[in-house]
Amino acid sequence: MFKPQGFQAALISLLLFLLFLGMWSLATFTREQATLSSVDAEYTVLMGKGAEKSSGFPTPSKVGEAFITYLSDPFYDNGPNDKGIGIQLAHSLGRVALGFLLAVIVALPLGFAIGMSPLLLQAFNPFIQILKPISPLAWMPIALYSLKDSDVSGIFVIFICSLWPMLINTAFGVASVRKDWINVARTLEVSPLRKAFQVILPAAAPTILTGMRISMGIAWLVIVAAEMLVGSIGIGYFVWNEWNNLALHNVIFAVVMIGFVGMILDQIFGVLQKFVTYRE
Amino acid sequence: MTQHFLSVEGLKKVYPGTLTPIFENIHFGIDKGEFVCIIGHSGCGKTTILNILAGLEESSDGVVIMDGREVAGPSLDRGVVFQNHALMPWMSVLANVAFAVKSKWPDWSKAKIAEHSTHYLEMVGLGQAIHKKPAELSGGMKQRVGIARAFAIEPKMLLLDEPFGALDALTRGTIQDELLKIVQATRQTVFMITHDVDEAILLADKVILMSNGPLAKIVEIVEITMPRDRTRAEMHHDPQFYRIRNHLVDFLVNRSKDYAGSDAAVLHDAKHPPVVRPGLLKETEPEMTTFRQLRQFKQAVNH
Repeated sequence: MFKPQGFQAALISLLLFLLFLGMWSLATFTREQATLSSVDAEYTVLMGKGAEKSSGFPTPSKVGEAFITYLSDPFYDNGPNDKGIGIQLAHSLGRVALGFLLAVIVALPLGFAIGMSPLLLQAFNPFIQILKPISPLAWMPIALYSLKDSDVSGIFVIFICSLWPMLINTAFGVASVRKDWINVARTLEVSPLRKAFQVILPAAAPTILTGMRISMGIAWLVIVAAEMLVGSIGIGYFVWNEWNNLALHNVIFAVVMIGFVGMILDQIFGVLQKFVTYRE
Repeated sequence: MTQHFLSVEGLKKVYPGTLTPIFENIHFGIDKGEFVCIIGHSGCGKTTILNILAGLEESSDGVVIMDGREVAGPSLDRGVVFQNHALMPWMSVLANVAFAVKSKWPDWSKAKIAEHSTHYLEMVGLGQAIHKKPAELSGGMKQRVGIARAFAIEPKMLLLDEPFGALDALTRGTIQDELLKIVQATRQTVFMITHDVDEAILLADKVILMSNGPLAKIVEIVEITMPRDRTRAEMHHDPQFYRIRNHLVDFLVNRSKDYAGSDAAVLHDAKHPPVVRPGLLKETEPEMTTFRQLRQFKQAVNH
């Protein structure tokens, strides 16, 4: 039942993709004709790029070339402004991982405490409500000024944007653990530590993982923007750099890579989520 | 008054934000090895009483004394079987029971805990299912695990909050039989809430009847005088069965509602609620009031 449907869906996906490529080719083809007006041609020559005819929107084949060149040698390193896509992505992922990990270290224990105590929840709530809607990038000037380092600032921005969904979901998950399970632990005189790790944590784990998944999604969105502002290396900086080079085909390639990595990150959390989810 | 294993004295509960107590001046005792059921309509505070006995809730007034010590907070001395089994769904059946066993005997080795837990799971007929997750079990099997978990810590007393309420009639019957067997074998002291009159007659030595809340009272304590080796299949052949059953049903249908305004309520002595034995028709009850005798006589004639 599932298999033929999966096959049909894949077929439709493929058709959609081909349709998209076709329309893209068509659109860039006419555009290229139009750009051959005398003024534009003169301008491109003046820009020193006349030979490449690259001023128009890149054609699919041009972007395809970029895919092949970058993916065939993802880890080359030709100095600070010319590194392989693998190295760029690895740096971005490293920043995300570090900021995310710091957020986990803060959000889990704090969320636990807030979830366990209605008093703390009420005390922390105004701060969470105010800090949560702030765009992570708005922190950037403050981070740059106080931390003095662009790399550390990037990590801080990831930290601050990952924090809230995790904190809120942990607190909510812990607070809504079924009363029955808590009562079981109470009648068995279970120690607080054992109760926390063997009853509350597994009970709240699915909600906590959902928070982590949301956080990771936001972190990956934010790192690209943050690196555009401060980066010297990383996928966001790569996009910005290629934009400055007017190499739009490379930008498109990078955008697709950002999408792929984001999808893989999300799926990793999807698997983890499945692992801790229990059926009642 | 003789010293009971568990005695409840002057228990009262007022919920925050309300003025009228849900119940007050509740007195009763349970002896060692006794099986006591409590029957009453929803809202009379049965579950609250059980939670106070378990130590999960605090009373507004009054004390509970078990084995010479006042009940203050939950304790491993009292095992609780919850209404909806309350198994941890992320643990296997065995792990659920082992969690309780390890709580009671933290120094035991893993193997000993597993062996002890398996023993109690086999006792409730779940020897084959110990590695399954609760979600893979039927409602009846889950409740069996709940019972095994409570028995496995070998508590001084067992508290059951309508353990079979959510089960279908057939499953309920089988588990009742199993519980009866286990309780008879272990001479466990049990306090159980039920809505099922037949269940109470089958399992209990004494049935506490509560009037409707708020201001619920113990109207009387019915002694089940049928022989202790009764079985579900045969107990309805005993002439006592219908007398007791009618008495209990009559209480639930008629008397529990308007008890507060009745003559009996005026004569009610909360510290010594009347003990009745509707099963023994002809026996004269020394502690019964004439009013009660008359009433019981009339009932006997009617049925």
